[in-house]
Amino acid sequence: MNDLELKERWLDDEDDEEKYLINTDDTADPSKEFMTINMGPQHPSTHGVLRLIVTLSGEEVVKCESDIGYLHTGIEKQAETKTYNQALTLTDRTDYLNPLINNLGFSLAVEKLLGITDRIPPKATVVRVLLTELQRISSHLVWLGTHAMDLGAQSTFLYGMRDREKILDIFELCSGVRMMTSYIMPGGLYADLPPGFDVKVAEFLAYFKQKWPEYHTLLTTSQLWYERTKGVAVITADEALNYGVTGPMLRACGIDYDIRKMFPYCGYETYDFEVPLAHNGDVYDRFIVRMYEVDQSMHLVEQALNRLPDGEWQIDDLKIVPPKKYQIATTMESLIHHFKLYTEGYKPLAGEVYSKIESARGELGYYMVSNGTNKPYRMHIRAPSFANLQVMGPSLEGRAMFADIVAAIGSTDIILGEVDR
Amino acid sequence: MTPTSGDTANEPEVEVTTVTDNDLLNDNLFPNVHRSPFRVADAMPTFIVPVNDLLDVVNYLQQQASFTLFEDITAVDWLPRVPRYEVVYHFLSLSSRQAICLKVPVSGENPQLPSITSIFKGANWYEREVYDLFGITFTGHPDLRRIEMPVDWEGHPLRKDYPVTGPRRPNLPSNQFRPDGRDGNTPNQP
Repeated sequence: MNDLELKERWLDDEDDEEKYLINTDDTADPSKEFMTINMGPQHPSTHGVLRLIVTLSGEEVVKCESDIGYLHTGIEKQAETKTYNQALTLTDRTDYLNPLINNLGFSLAVEKLLGITDRIPPKATVVRVLLTELQRISSHLVWLGTHAMDLGAQSTFLYGMRDREKILDIFELCSGVRMMTSYIMPGGLYADLPPGFDVKVAEFLAYFKQKWPEYHTLLTTSQLWYERTKGVAVITADEALNYGVTGPMLRACGIDYDIRKMFPYCGYETYDFEVPLAHNGDVYDRFIVRMYEVDQSMHLVEQALNRLPDGEWQIDDLKIVPPKKYQIATTMESLIHHFKLYTEGYKPLAGEVYSKIESARGELGYYMVSNGTNKPYRMHIRAPSFANLQVMGPSLEGRAMFADIVAAIGSTDIILGEVDR
Repeated sequence: MTPTSGDTANEPEVEVTTVTDNDLLNDNLFPNVHRSPFRVADAMPTFIVPVNDLLDVVNYLQQQASFTLFEDITAVDWLPRVPRYEVVYHFLSLSSRQAICLKVPVSGENPQLPSITSIFKGANWYEREVYDLFGITFTGHPDLRRIEMPVDWEGHPLRKDYPVTGPRRPNLPSNQFRPDGRDGNTPNQP
């Protein structure tokens, strides 16, 4: 395949995939030479401890097999031995670029088990939307930076980290920690917003609105970027559905599935936002979908900031949320409630729930089973990266060059903490 | 510029169809499928499907009832109960905006059920995970081996009779860690 053919292949949207397919059964043919390369688990562009076993014919990928499990920490097993409020802290550690969204997914599931979904105060609901959308921006900035760095654009990473740090400052302001926040908890928020929170968010928005177009000038219109990403690792819409791909990867195939629109939670149906879609399902389209998602998230943060109400941030039920400090100091009942909550916790009725929210990577589902005790009988996390990573190998086999693997990993946006749990 | 799904704030909800409920519970189609008696907190349609009907029901859901998006497979270990395991499937229909949950009871001795990888390719890794962590075998799976734990691991960690402290330190409180050879009853060796 000469250079001209390669260029046509990348630039042609209506490309016939079959033309370039290699017969993967050829690996058994001794007359052909194949090379097997081990990539990872300690490799800078595998985004964690992902191991790939790649079989190559020349530079073309014949087989790409993912080996996961290097970061398996048994979070689902550990959760069975902890009370609900203790298990909340484990959810931070699954998708460590998305802790607040994971907190929210867990909290919504537990609230459904407890039957208190309707009683969450409006301030908590609005702050949840605001913080998770900020989290989505910060997660996309890390994705963009690392993805671009893998393909040779170093500066994007530095700019991305610079702006992400400002978002983490906001999280630090309200929760005290940058990443493992556990700020959103069943029943509302862990603490009230600090004074000056809205000013800080407004400052960030004004700043980031100026900076965001710079990212587009760095990559979106760059010919180099276009040629490295266009037509690479294509997934068709049917294939994506069959594999359970969700999130920006599914929307890059042209399927309009966003849980914030389809099964709204936290009052997303009252916000004005759009769902970016693309149609080719390649690396470039996933890139462009996420780029426009950041715009929509900024818009959502702005709306949430404008409607930020005053009032309580936790539900009025001391069986579920801890009493305020002054209450502990003044009333006996509060002291008892405090003691009971932290020693025993609450006991949802026996039952099960599958609660899903839109993470930065796709459908984040929490399947919780309660048997009426104070600990979850079973907590299963349906991690979006797990399903998205599964399709990466097949999307490369027979249709990609070796260097495309790095582009595919970046655009899949995997978090190994979530894949392995 | 990419086309978007449009300005859909307050988009009118598509009416949720309950065709599937009636179809699945239809005695002529699947006489052995019935509703789950366990409390489902968010009213998701949940059905108990016998092992023998699983492939037919999943095939029917995908082909006839437009449940095209594969979501999740997991399992629950109800240890003293018979049958011991429940394998839980989640599918989604984008056209009717409806999710569905299937629960398949599996016996504790030689737990085994058919693989749905021929219908949903995405089930591959999920079934490997259930096999790895629960020890439930999926017949007809193309590549059934451990996925999270090391290949030479013994035991299946998410079973309820598997201690959270690990296989070599049984019967310890879950919040205590003791090195090998110290069972907590004998005094420390000098």
